[in-house]
Amino acid sequence: MTTPRFQVQHLSLERNGRPVLQDVTLEVAAGEIVCLLGPSGSGKSSLLRCLNRLTEPPPQSVFHDGADITTLDVLALRRRLGMVFQKPALFPGSVAENIAYGPGLDGRMLTADEIAALLALADMPAAYAARPVTELSGGEAQRVSIARALANNPDSLLLDEPTSALDPAARRHVRETVKKLRRELGLTVIWVTHYMEEVLEVADRVYLLLDGRVADQGSPADLLGPDSDHKTAEFAAGLLE
Amino acid sequence: MLENFPLDQASRILAAFALVLIAALVSRWQQVDLEKDILTAAVRAFVQLVAIGYALTFVFAIDSPLLILLILTVMISIAGYTAGKRGKGVPHSSQVALMSIGLGASLTLGLLLALGVFEFTAAQIIPIAGMVVGNSMNVCSLVMARVRDEINGRSAEIEAALALGATGRQSAQPYLRTSLRAGMTPIVDSTKTVGLIQLPGAMTGMILAGAAPLEAVQLQIIVVYMLTGAAAFTGLAATWLTYRQFFTGNEQLVLP
Repeated sequence: MTTPRFQVQHLSLERNGRPVLQDVTLEVAAGEIVCLLGPSGSGKSSLLRCLNRLTEPPPQSVFHDGADITTLDVLALRRRLGMVFQKPALFPGSVAENIAYGPGLDGRMLTADEIAALLALADMPAAYAARPVTELSGGEAQRVSIARALANNPDSLLLDEPTSALDPAARRHVRETVKKLRRELGLTVIWVTHYMEEVLEVADRVYLLLDGRVADQGSPADLLGPDSDHKTAEFAAGLLE
Repeated sequence: MLENFPLDQASRILAAFALVLIAALVSRWQQVDLEKDILTAAVRAFVQLVAIGYALTFVFAIDSPLLILLILTVMISIAGYTAGKRGKGVPHSSQVALMSIGLGASLTLGLLLALGVFEFTAAQIIPIAGMVVGNSMNVCSLVMARVRDEINGRSAEIEAALALGATGRQSAQPYLRTSLRAGMTPIVDSTKTVGLIQLPGAMTGMILAGAAPLEAVQLQIIVVYMLTGAAAFTGLAATWLTYRQFFTGNEQLVLP
């Protein structure tokens, strides 16, 4: 059996004495797209932040390629896991400067060709490289933040509701981009979302979180099918009401 | 009774008090409701300054190094406590302020002594320390509040940088620079315009006390340079110590 890209085992987490995650166990295979679904406050983002140690998980609870991540060099770990947030959070300056940020931390300069290639991966024309980030639309800014994450050459993407501030057309565009990245680069993707359309279109598997616990899991077809009595279907129905 | 008063300027002080009364009357007339505060403040100022006058006379007469150090410690503690209260929202703000001001003031005073600009006598060190510590306190308050606001306001960019593999320091660097700049700008600006817009306190005091203007100016130049140095030392210490409160050893941002 191959080692899963991510393995979470009995992960529990508290914040200010209140449980945020309770006994969460899940696995994500290399090259898989897994969606984390759930109402706000259910622990989806907290779980995602544990994977790259923006929040410190307890030892022996989160593994990347079989290694307990709390034993790994935290900066090296984060370079292997690109993260895209709800807000693009671009740094002041040009698109190219943003994309070059991660490699620059290691003292590596990107050539214009490399920047153009990264922009192309995020479905952006090379001419955008010189643009100040203040001139980008919301969708463009989010795709620049994807290109910025890809510049570190990660093996996975952690997406924390990256489309929730975008209009439907821009959302669709980001979905297409992420599907292409998995296809072309073999990236593993963990995607926190509350859009059913995203889950149905991109997810290989879904985990539903309720009150910090895994309440349901499976493929979207199983969980959301018309005859399903799964909690995910109830949750989806609740969203639609 | 007045002739027993240890000040030879009692009549002038009383005359100047007329201005306080006028201020109180203006307050009453315009219903600003400050007349009680004005009078209390005037009396407090009188009592505090006379008390410190006696205290300094005593301290200067004894001129004991231990006493000087004790007074410096008290000054720095009060300044640290005051600046710490301004740094609300910074974890361990009192300790951060105390250490920043302590470091900034000791480095400045130490350098002035080592370079032979002043001597370690009560009459020289205590007034100088008063200026240095007061100035460091202001710089420290400004820097702590600014670092706190920048880190809170820029948490998204900071976490984006952390997620790309930046250390806490690298992720916060642009905002720390802004904060240090904000802390040092007032003293740099007032250094630029000193003598043009206002005659500073030390110099004014010396001239009023009868010193020749050029003599007063020499001291003032030293004071201005010294305050610039103190702002840099304290600002740097406060920036670094404040920022450390917001990051864990695992390069994680922690907002209180």
